[in-house]
Amino acid sequence: MTVPASTAVSAASDPTAVERARAVSSAVADPELPVVTIGDLGIVRAVDIDVQGCVHVVLTPTYSGCPATAVIRHDVLSALQDAGFDHVEVRTALAPAWTTDWITDAGRRKLAEHGIVPPSTVSSQRVDVALAMRCPRCGSFDTKLVSRFGSTACQAMYRCTSCLEPFDAVKPY
Amino acid sequence: MSEATESTAAALFTYALRLGDDALVLSQRLSEWASRAPEIEEDIALTNIALDLLGQARALLDYAAVVEGGTRDEDDLAYLRTEREFRNVHLVEQENGDFAHTIARQLFFSTYQLFLYEELISSTDELLAGVAAKAVKEAAYHHDHAALWTVRLGDGTDDSRRRMQAAVDRLWPFTAELFDADDVETGLAAQGIAVDPATLRPRWVRAISDTFATATLVIPPTVWTSHGGRRGVHTECFGYLLAEMQYLHRLHPGTSW
Repeated sequence: MTVPASTAVSAASDPTAVERARAVSSAVADPELPVVTIGDLGIVRAVDIDVQGCVHVVLTPTYSGCPATAVIRHDVLSALQDAGFDHVEVRTALAPAWTTDWITDAGRRKLAEHGIVPPSTVSSQRVDVALAMRCPRCGSFDTKLVSRFGSTACQAMYRCTSCLEPFDAVKPY
Repeated sequence: MSEATESTAAALFTYALRLGDDALVLSQRLSEWASRAPEIEEDIALTNIALDLLGQARALLDYAAVVEGGTRDEDDLAYLRTEREFRNVHLVEQENGDFAHTIARQLFFSTYQLFLYEELISSTDELLAGVAAKAVKEAAYHHDHAALWTVRLGDGTDDSRRRMQAAVDRLWPFTAELFDADDVETGLAAQGIAVDPATLRPRWVRAISDTFATATLVIPPTVWTSHGGRRGVHTECFGYLLAEMQYLHRLHPGTSW
């Protein structure tokens, strides 16, 4: 969908347009963890509209090699174009580095509801003693780390020794 | 451009290539474990580590291409350079061997990379500092993984200990090169841009010794050491790795999915 250039230019002086662009970008679902949005994950770092009416979005990857980065960039671009923003530039910035502390409370709740244990909020400090992981199904703390690596770059695999179900947890990072 | 700025740019290009090639080549080696690791969790772990390293390599090679002047991009650098143009150390190109060899290589390299990135965070070069801040947590995770396995295999059965020690003995001669510094590193380090790898060595030796003490392994006597990767002189196995990595891109230049 395209909008006339005059509309795009007026968007620059319209504060609600920035808010709308921010909301549209943040609402894009994460391709690997579709229960959360990229806004929930804290990877949308900035959304601005310049004087020419071009929307600039800055994303940051969770992990250096996260294969979802390219898909997310594409999804943000099409979501904004569908919302009527004709000129969009999506940029990836490595610094400041993403941390699981940036996952919002809503994001943590959605992950937990989906059976994925959200990370603790002390990620920035490296802790050598791992805290017991609570099973998202039965609530038991009697759980065991199966593998420090999981189905996506940001998760580790656990098993509950009470209900015997396996589960994923977002690595504190 | 003044002569000094020009020589700094040339050194920065080489430095970014050296760090990027280390990550790229080790990533390619670790990917060879996909579908054939000893257990499914390790299959996932080794390829996850490969993915982290590939991400670091992309950021560094992309930067090298920008510093060079933009005539080539990250793909040109990865897929269209010949063996003599790669600047990685010999350690990362060594064949996977058995699982113990892969773990020994991981322990040696991730310990070095962790200490390197910890220092590079303070680089005056914004991009290098950004890559380091991002990758330091990944390197720490890779190091923990390798150290846990080193202890488990070293302090395990007679057979696992024997094979872990054999892997350490085989790869030890390739570790000295990690700390080689020439004008590129020392020149950039003097400007606060690069880390002089020679300064990391005492910490590295201490960390490896500590892990080996727990793992009941010993550091072998240094009989010979391997050097030359930073100048583009590689060991025999490297050509085969490049042939596999570059084959598709060279066969179908410019093709995309």
